Amino acid sequence: MRRTTSRPGEAGKTSGRGGRLHTVGNPRKSTTLTVMTSLFTLYCLLPLVWLAINATKSQADFVSSFGLAPGREFALWDNIVEVFRYQDGIFSRWLLNTVLYVVVGATVSTFLAALGGYALAKLDFTGKRVFLLVVLGSISVPGIALAIPQFLLFAQLGMTDTPWAVLIPSFINPFGLYLMWVFTAEAVPTGLLEAAKIDGAGEFRTFLQIALPLLAPASVTVLLFSFVSIWNNYFLPLIMLKDPNWYPLTVGINQWNKLGSTAGNGALVQNLVITSSLLTIVPLIIAFLGLQRYWQSGLSLGAVKG
Amino acid sequence: MFIVPIVYAAYLSFFQDKLVGGNTFVGLANYGKLFQDTQFWDGVGRVVRFTLVQVPLMLILSMALALALDSLRLHGAKFLRVTIFLPYAVPAIVSTLMWGFLLGIKYGLFGSLNEALGTDFNPFAPDTTLISIGVVVTWAFTGFNMLIFYAALKAVPRELYEAAAIDGANELQIVRAIKLPALRGSLVVTVIFSIIGTFQMFNEPQILPSMVANSGVTTFYTPNLYAYNLAFTGSQQGYAATLALVMAAITVAVAYAVQIRGLRNASDH
Repeated sequence: MRRTTSRPGEAGKTSGRGGRLHTVGNPRKSTTLTVMTSLFTLYCLLPLVWLAINATKSQADFVSSFGLAPGREFALWDNIVEVFRYQDGIFSRWLLNTVLYVVVGATVSTFLAALGGYALAKLDFTGKRVFLLVVLGSISVPGIALAIPQFLLFAQLGMTDTPWAVLIPSFINPFGLYLMWVFTAEAVPTGLLEAAKIDGAGEFRTFLQIALPLLAPASVTVLLFSFVSIWNNYFLPLIMLKDPNWYPLTVGINQWNKLGSTAGNGALVQNLVITSSLLTIVPLIIAFLGLQRYWQSGLSLGAVKG
Repeated sequence: MFIVPIVYAAYLSFFQDKLVGGNTFVGLANYGKLFQDTQFWDGVGRVVRFTLVQVPLMLILSMALALALDSLRLHGAKFLRVTIFLPYAVPAIVSTLMWGFLLGIKYGLFGSLNEALGTDFNPFAPDTTLISIGVVVTWAFTGFNMLIFYAALKAVPRELYEAAAIDGANELQIVRAIKLPALRGSLVVTVIFSIIGTFQMFNEPQILPSMVANSGVTTFYTPNLYAYNLAFTGSQQGYAATLALVMAAITVAVAYAVQIRGLRNASDH
């Protein structure tokens, strides 16, 4: 721990920042550092501010006015109404689809991750080592690389263009399983499980009634990550679904966006694209702000063993 | 759901859909074809170049931000932390749309800027598109990586800093001797996640052409986009399966190499 790092690049970078600080052990607020960090925050906020401003513009205002200035009329409400009316109200269908994929996908994948993590940490079974290798291997195989093979398989089984084609792949969450495994090993005392079994509880009941409640904090984190990754998933539904009635929001919005680029005869509905984008991210931003402490605790959990 | 699709894809990779004779067994012909396919290697080269430039920049930024937040010297640190993490919540489709509009010359800020200054700089010209994609990806993932680093720093016991300060170490020395070594494990994790992410890049180049004309994004811009186009517009499923498998193998090999190297470096300490 005492030896200095051997990477001059990183050290140089941080010394550039640290060097401007007062060098007392007791931290004092630094305006320079705050300003520098705030500059980066501006970069983070700029597109979101742009989105919020432009969701209030009519299509005519959007085309004619400066990006960061408000339009001549405040059309946010009109835009929202129009988003829900356009193409016979298909947006509500997309919203419901997304909610279906997220709720079912995140719940099942978190439960399976907890079950698998528990089994790996606390049970002995044949083929455990092979199973472990597969799990560790599948963490490093990215989901997108799997998606095309999964599509080809589902096409063979005639299951594409159904909600199952989006749901089933989302049930598998190797990283969640890994987090659960690490957490079970630390937070669930083996003695407690043995006591439950002596009292006559079966394997599954022990898991449900003893282990699962203890795993609640880790479950929330895994649930959150699944929630975001399924809500934001674009590639998988894009390849699996052809019927717009099963689209989630992400694929649906892109379909509206493409309407404009269909040369000549396309309808320009950028105000709807922008407003629907805003509506899509609002629930996520609320989930982020409301549950932010779980994000950090989950990541530090992974960092301990990672 | 992990093994079955891969086995099935491996099976498909031995077949080609031919005009005469339908789906025929071709042995390793798809692999031979892929290794000579300049469009595939063009895409691989592009994601490798992107990884070499964007990942180090993003991770250095994330690390600097995590150190700044952990220094306890910021005003409004909680607000800053949440704001920097916020872009992670935005789906790639929305972030590409926003940046496509923002940087685009038709409706975006650069359009207004060019008008005001009389210039004609275009962030989505074929030469600059990759940089613009880098701006989008950096925007989306810096906060996520920052939080991983920040969580690792939070795990360091504060008494260590106090002890070092009593020994006369200044803040810079504490960063170099305690904080940076503590970040080593999470650096390996973030490098691997970032490599996996960029090697699989798909959303941004797939969405961009519908946003801006003549951005230079081809159907084989990234390997994944190429596989998608082969499978869906070219209906060369066997070949697409081959590409997906080879790309997954390359990604796993690189991620594994980083892990081995990272662990070896860590054990030096």
